[in-house]
Amino acid sequence: MAEVVEKLLEVRELTMDFGGLRAVDSITLEVCAGEIVALIGPNGAGKTTFFNCVTGIYKPTRGEILMHPPQRKPQKINGFKPNRVTALGMARTFQNIRLFQNMTVLENVMIGRHCRTTTNILGAILRGSSTRRQERETIEKSYQLLNKVGLSAFADEFAKNLPYGAQRRLEIARAMATDPFLLLLDEPAAGMNPQETRELDELIVRIGHEDGIAILLIEHDMKLVMNISDRIYVMEYGKKIAQGTPQEIRSNPKVIEAYLGEGGDDA
Amino acid sequence: MLSYLKSSLIAAVWFVFLTFPLLVVKVNTLKGTVEWRWMNMLWVGLTALVLSAIWRWAMERREQGAREQVEDDEATEVKPSLGQRLLEEPKLFRPLVGVVALLALLMPWVSEMYQVTIWVFALIYVVLGLGLNITVGLAGLLDLGYVAFFGVGAYSYAILNTWYGLDFWVCLPIGGLVGALVGVLLGFPILRLRGDYLAIVTLGFGSIAKIVYENWEGVFNGAQGIDKIARPGFFGVEMDISAATTFTYYLMLVMVGFTIFVTNRLKDSRIGRAWMAMREDEIACVAMGVDLARTKLSAYALGAFWAGLVGVIFASQTTYINPASFDFMLSAIVLSMVVLGGMGSIVGVVIAALVLNLLPEYLRAFEDYRMLVFGAVMVLMMLFRPQGLVANVKKTYSHKVGGEDVLG
Repeated sequence: MAEVVEKLLEVRELTMDFGGLRAVDSITLEVCAGEIVALIGPNGAGKTTFFNCVTGIYKPTRGEILMHPPQRKPQKINGFKPNRVTALGMARTFQNIRLFQNMTVLENVMIGRHCRTTTNILGAILRGSSTRRQERETIEKSYQLLNKVGLSAFADEFAKNLPYGAQRRLEIARAMATDPFLLLLDEPAAGMNPQETRELDELIVRIGHEDGIAILLIEHDMKLVMNISDRIYVMEYGKKIAQGTPQEIRSNPKVIEAYLGEGGDDA
Repeated sequence: MLSYLKSSLIAAVWFVFLTFPLLVVKVNTLKGTVEWRWMNMLWVGLTALVLSAIWRWAMERREQGAREQVEDDEATEVKPSLGQRLLEEPKLFRPLVGVVALLALLMPWVSEMYQVTIWVFALIYVVLGLGLNITVGLAGLLDLGYVAFFGVGAYSYAILNTWYGLDFWVCLPIGGLVGALVGVLLGFPILRLRGDYLAIVTLGFGSIAKIVYENWEGVFNGAQGIDKIARPGFFGVEMDISAATTFTYYLMLVMVGFTIFVTNRLKDSRIGRAWMAMREDEIACVAMGVDLARTKLSAYALGAFWAGLVGVIFASQTTYINPASFDFMLSAIVLSMVVLGGMGSIVGVVIAALVLNLLPEYLRAFEDYRMLVFGAVMVLMMLFRPQGLVANVKKTYSHKVGGEDVLG
């Protein structure tokens, strides 16, 4: 593409130590507008820790995380609380599903709207016209998102009663409700059957291309990764060992040795 | 059948063994003789045998029921109980509320002052339960020191009234606000804690509050407490004790209505949803953009607000308070009301608060056994209905967007 590439997330030399263990070792990574970027690597490579650092759940030991919200000044977000990161426009899902089990599917998505609405305690008690309008908007927007991920039929079901694949899609809808410009998906296809994985594949591409949300995803399903990613980063033992397009990664000897060589189905 | 008998027999023998020193052996210290009451042993054994058999039978049936439910088609909903239906259908619910409200309004005219007094205290507990329901039931922050806020409200009225002569109506909001303020102050240091740790720290706060009341003679008048606290006035109308109690009763009715209204609105709002999300999963909640610190503090503050508010009314009703009124037992009872009623369920908490308060009062005839019954009821409830009397009603929302899924 001829246009200037707009960077959304820039991570420089990010390092995270847990005591003596270096879980993430000076990783540098970029996500640009309109991209679907995958982060792969064997189990325990530090991918989820990397996500946790970027989204503010952990405070990184060293390194810089820069966010470039559209039409706003870039911000260094090291040490920001997760809710501030989300409010700036970066949302995530979790590897081990973390839904609000005893709330309905719709309510789960409505929580995502929390940082985009402003009703305070007094407003909630008095329930004036602006509160009612916000509430209506929250509901409508949440339903739209449920439609998008194919869950609107389950809107009033408790989240815990959803089948596994649907729970993963609900996590995506909930993250989308925060109006992100960058979505971080942590193993969205884990535990899904081939049919569900294909649907997820479509869904992610649709979010990336139709909604113009950039996506950074961790995934083990190589077929999915190779299908949808524009670029891939590979981690092993906390270090970045390769980066490039799917074709480049496929033929990279280091990657094959570390990862795809041992049981990768699509090398 | 034989297995029931066998295990029940073991239970019976065990009970006989346990109660042997208490119920069978009786040492007469005056005469220096030992009396053997074998009949008691027989009764204990038989009762234990029968109860244990019934118990096992009931448990068996319960498990069978659970199994059948699983085997049923998964799509079919769990059948709502009669109580649940009453709550969910406005056609049934509205008249029910009307009847209850009418009965509540007429109550003081048909009963004696003693009864009215009991009900005033029961209603105070209802508000306490609803307040704690915000902190524990909705926000999931286990608070074992809730009584501290109740005490703060009561003492702020007692002090402001007896020292500065401030009127009840001025102190009522002050009590609530002071309660909320203390809630926020205590909330700050425990923002990072959750679960068991939080419970222990709040337990500590409750005890600290009581010790402060007991020992800070200059302000709280120590263990003697503060007396001659004014009852609520009504535009300067002179009232005798009976009229004042009736007045307080109506005041409490209004207060209960007000609390229900406010907690209901909060629960069903952006704030309430954030509380519930925090209860369900703190990490996911903060990752979805909810400010945890603010949400936690607001839950503490609002829970404490109600305690402070009714603390003022409590002080005005008893006209005398001392630290003994604010011990851990009160926190424990209010917490049991929330758990028994059903975490987060407003109707459930109201019912549980009334039952837990009125039951001991009306069981006074069986003075010796009432705490026993109380305990047994708790154990049975937790075993057979852990979700509480009234499980939280699932809220549904109407919407304009059509239900056509793009996917699947």
